[in-house]
Amino acid sequence: MTDLLAIGTRKGLWLARSDDDRRTWTLGEPHLLAQEVAAVSIDTRGPAPRVLAGIQYGHWGPTVMWSDDLGASWQETEAGAIRFPEDTGAALARVWQLRPDSADRPGVVWAGCEPHSLWRSTDGGCSFEFVRGLWDHPHRPTWEPGGGGGAVHTVLPDPASDRVTVAMSTGGVYVSEDGASTWEPRNAGISAAFLPEPAPEYGQCVHKVAVDAAGPDRMYAQNHFGVFRTDDAGKAWTSIAEGLPADFGFPVVASPSTPGTAWVVPLVADVQRVPPEGRLQVHRTRDAGETWTALTTGLPDGCWAAVVRDAVCADQAEPTGLYVGTRDGCVYASADEGDTFGLVADHLPDVLVVRAARIPA
Amino acid sequence: MRVEVVLPGVLADLAGGTRHLEVAPSGGTLADLLDTLAAVHPRLARRIRDEAGALRRFVNVYVDGDDVRFTGGLAAAVPDGAVVQVLPSVAGG
Repeated sequence: MTDLLAIGTRKGLWLARSDDDRRTWTLGEPHLLAQEVAAVSIDTRGPAPRVLAGIQYGHWGPTVMWSDDLGASWQETEAGAIRFPEDTGAALARVWQLRPDSADRPGVVWAGCEPHSLWRSTDGGCSFEFVRGLWDHPHRPTWEPGGGGGAVHTVLPDPASDRVTVAMSTGGVYVSEDGASTWEPRNAGISAAFLPEPAPEYGQCVHKVAVDAAGPDRMYAQNHFGVFRTDDAGKAWTSIAEGLPADFGFPVVASPSTPGTAWVVPLVADVQRVPPEGRLQVHRTRDAGETWTALTTGLPDGCWAAVVRDAVCADQAEPTGLYVGTRDGCVYASADEGDTFGLVADHLPDVLVVRAARIPA
Repeated sequence: MRVEVVLPGVLADLAGGTRHLEVAPSGGTLADLLDTLAAVHPRLARRIRDEAGALRRFVNVYVDGDDVRFTGGLAAAVPDGAVVQVLPSVAGG
């Protein structure tokens, strides 16, 4: 088997491979060079792994492209994979998230986009259907854009039910229990320090949400100030930030196999988006956020680069691998759940997204 | 009615490998010209306009040397024999 790591950056996509169970990595040539690649997924459900990329082609606008031959060639739908319906008057600004659904739903891929919108594909990401239920939610006109733009940046389909969870900056967490037709906000307990009312029903700037391996009701949220956990599918959130050096940050990743295990990458604050004390550090919990352990072995000191929301991921191998990309173009990989890291790449453009998958050699 | 469309090199692949296209637009405005272009080269047309029909922010279009942003935008007149040039604006990093 080969471990494949896709690295989307502000100016292109790189694929790294490991053929020795993630001990060493080989970085390939750039793909989609000079194009911003803010969303990537590796879909392993088909006969060949499909790399899907949400790109911003410089002056020429956003689209979705895919490769079924690990980057040797790229395709895009003639009319564009994602097109807002005419009656909305909206136009796609950026693809923030590409999320293949479960193996039981072959061909289904979700996309989260800017402006705030959710899309569903049934043909592997070649074309997407507009999810009107979220767009028509009465709250939508008041979802404000965060610094990066107003977007659905997190899409979490539950493989065992019709539940779909999304997170937005801003807007917060919204959940559908009927396959994305109707939606309700689920932000109780998540703070909004930038709003006059500290605990609104919605409007939070939730940076990322991850589902725990224990099951779909337990999730973690890295917020714009605050790290939270829910045990009831978002109906109530409680702080789990105690023990972290800072409660600001962007990514949160949950272990795909070990309940209670998750990782965050703290930054000092929203007005100081750098690692604490200039030391790149991942923090891991093994008890669903009750306690945290700093992981720094193999990560650089004297590092003042931020890690953005999709620039951390876990793989499906055993033990779980963890991957961290930085805005100064470095990528670090761990094959032991974060205990130790090694450098996969450096001097790349700003890393926006990393995704890992195990594929046939 | 014939119009010459001149493209930047980076878009040539989307126009069949050429930077110069001869187009017979369906009407006399820039919107008509781009609609005609989209029917033949949809991927190229998407680089110039978004799905709502607006010119992309960092794409500039000149009709016989005049920037259409100052001559009516998509309603700008494109006369027979015009040269329509598509250029990326000064932007990026």
